[in-house]
Amino acid sequence: MKDYIIDIQHLSKSFGDKKVLDDINLYVRRGEFITLLGPSGCGKTTLLRMIAGFLKPDEGNIFLDGKDIAGVPPHERPLNTVFQRYALFPHLDVYDNIAFGLKLKNTPEDEIDKRVRRVLKLVAMSDYEDRDVETLSGGQQQRIAIARAIVNQPKVLLLDEPLAALDLKMRKDMQIELKEMHRKLGITFIYVTHDQEEALTLSDTIVVINEGKIQQIGTPTDIYNEPVNAFVADFIGESNILKGRMMRDRRVAFIKHEFDCVDEGFGEDVRVDVVVRPEDIYFTTDPAKCQFTAKVNSCTFKGVHYEMFVDTDTGYELMIQDYDPYPVGSEVMLYIDPDDIQVMKKERTENKYSGKVTSEGTVEFLGAEFECNTEGFEVGDDVTVKIRFEKVDLLDHEDEAITTGHVEFILYMGNHYHLTIRTESGEKIWVDTNDIWDKNDFVGIKILPKDICLEKVVTANE
Amino acid sequence: MNKRSNWALPYFIFLVLFVVLPLLLIVVYALQDASGHFTLANIGKFFSDGDSLSTFALSIEVAIENTLLCILIGYPAAWILANKEYNKGAVTVVLFILPMWINALMRTLATAELFTMAGIQLGKGTLLFGMCYDYLPFMIYPIYNVLNKMDKSYAEAAQDLGATPREVFRKVTLPLSMPGVMSGVMMVFMPTVSTFAISEFLTNNKIKLFGTIIQENINNSMWNYGAALSLIMLVIIGITTFLQGNDSEETSVGGII
Repeated sequence: MKDYIIDIQHLSKSFGDKKVLDDINLYVRRGEFITLLGPSGCGKTTLLRMIAGFLKPDEGNIFLDGKDIAGVPPHERPLNTVFQRYALFPHLDVYDNIAFGLKLKNTPEDEIDKRVRRVLKLVAMSDYEDRDVETLSGGQQQRIAIARAIVNQPKVLLLDEPLAALDLKMRKDMQIELKEMHRKLGITFIYVTHDQEEALTLSDTIVVINEGKIQQIGTPTDIYNEPVNAFVADFIGESNILKGRMMRDRRVAFIKHEFDCVDEGFGEDVRVDVVVRPEDIYFTTDPAKCQFTAKVNSCTFKGVHYEMFVDTDTGYELMIQDYDPYPVGSEVMLYIDPDDIQVMKKERTENKYSGKVTSEGTVEFLGAEFECNTEGFEVGDDVTVKIRFEKVDLLDHEDEAITTGHVEFILYMGNHYHLTIRTESGEKIWVDTNDIWDKNDFVGIKILPKDICLEKVVTANE
Repeated sequence: MNKRSNWALPYFIFLVLFVVLPLLLIVVYALQDASGHFTLANIGKFFSDGDSLSTFALSIEVAIENTLLCILIGYPAAWILANKEYNKGAVTVVLFILPMWINALMRTLATAELFTMAGIQLGKGTLLFGMCYDYLPFMIYPIYNVLNKMDKSYAEAAQDLGATPREVFRKVTLPLSMPGVMSGVMMVFMPTVSTFAISEFLTNNKIKLFGTIIQENINNSMWNYGAALSLIMLVIIGITTFLQGNDSEETSVGGII
């Protein structure tokens, strides 16, 4: 039996039609600092609110100390929350805010007094007990909110973007203090944030969530160095995400060059995604070390390092971070260590839908009717439709479009953009394009008949 | 004076003509005898006249009773209206406000007629019913407003800290909604002290309120005494407003009623 304080199994939640959380499986070790990280609207706060008990899951279970807490109302759960906007009671002073939970449990007056003073000391707010909470600064309110939660000695402390409202300097200071508090208290922290840097700084474990699904669980170094997919690589830190081909074990090709790497087991001649962090591309003056050359396109001072964009000899754009600047326009020699190349399995290599032949020359999928060559198929046949990413045309108007959608996610792949489009029917289509689109742009979708490839659906019975 | 401040001029003239001047006239009339000489006799007369004093005491009593009644009925109503679980659309709010679209006098007359039809004796009970009916929306609306705008995370935080739903209400929702209750009290209490139409119609003039004797004096051309009574009422209302104003500020920070 592992020492899991919280064990979440097959948790799902929908608001109306929208699935906010989809089959979440997650355990939290006792005493761990775990961070739920993801862009806004990814479902992380919903997950936290379900653990706190403010929302009921549609499916799945949450176990606390091995017991299912589905029927336990929030006020009986041994958890406390630090709310995003603190939610300090404006009608009570600092002392009474912190004592609120203890008073409800009929704790003796002298015990309350002792514990309130102890947590006030812990959050470095000792002389503020009689202050009106509305006279406190954001950082001070934050401390009181934390004190109000930890004074109850919860088994788990839930923190919902607690530092989001603070300015940068204050946020950095509070991060250090939170980490310190976690160490001193030994309580399990579940922390929600959209700030990847904060997550990397604070956590023992990071859970990256996107669109209601867990993308990756791991230590900060795991997540940073070995992202499992393009989303995680793009979301955590800066990165160059590129199309690649695994030639054989320990040998990968990308940007039209071949590199040694450390990854194995992908097979031979398999399409993959490759991530190279901008700080892992090195400049060299030694022609023997040089793996490829490039021309510096721009160079910006970023405080600690310089951020440069270079065009490779093969026409790809890469971001490089280095302590030394190189003049714009200069030719440079570059190399990448095998260790620093992260190879990821491609989640998909083309668009694939199930469709139906509606008449001779038309097929229905994505909630629309497309023209294509249906030779060899009968009307009414169920088919699998395949379209290559680069064969989808995006238009900025509806006139010639067959269906429409919105740009949901943009990934720059060195020499083109890989877009995720959410169509009107709620499905997704992935598109490779050289055109620049913005997130949430409205797009018309058009696919030429010759680029739609049909395959018979092979049913199990046949 | 620049051009923009000229725009305020019409309002200024209006205020002088219809607010400041009448108030001054009340003061002037109150401090004069019938022949126009300065005197404090009118005010003295009130304090030495047992009838006036007892009417005044009764008015205050009725006003307090009506206010309490309105809180008792209005608070739960406002709470239900503000609660999205029970009140799906804003329709119910409109239903509560709807009676205010009809002239208060007409409503009162209609209520009196209903009581007569039902054979119910007009008296203090019917008076309180009528007052409550007329003033309830003024209590519900400010409370509803405060409850509706209240950040839900306060209630959640209290729950999170171990408060049962009942405790959440008692320790957080109720104290935080006190500013709404206070403005409701002001909007109900003061008009009830000075009302006369409701008592006239709903008690058949059996119960006389302070407003009634002011009206009677003025109607009988006793301008000076009527003005003095109005002045006394104004001063008392002024004092209660002032006290409540301070009070509501404190309640928003600390106490229960």
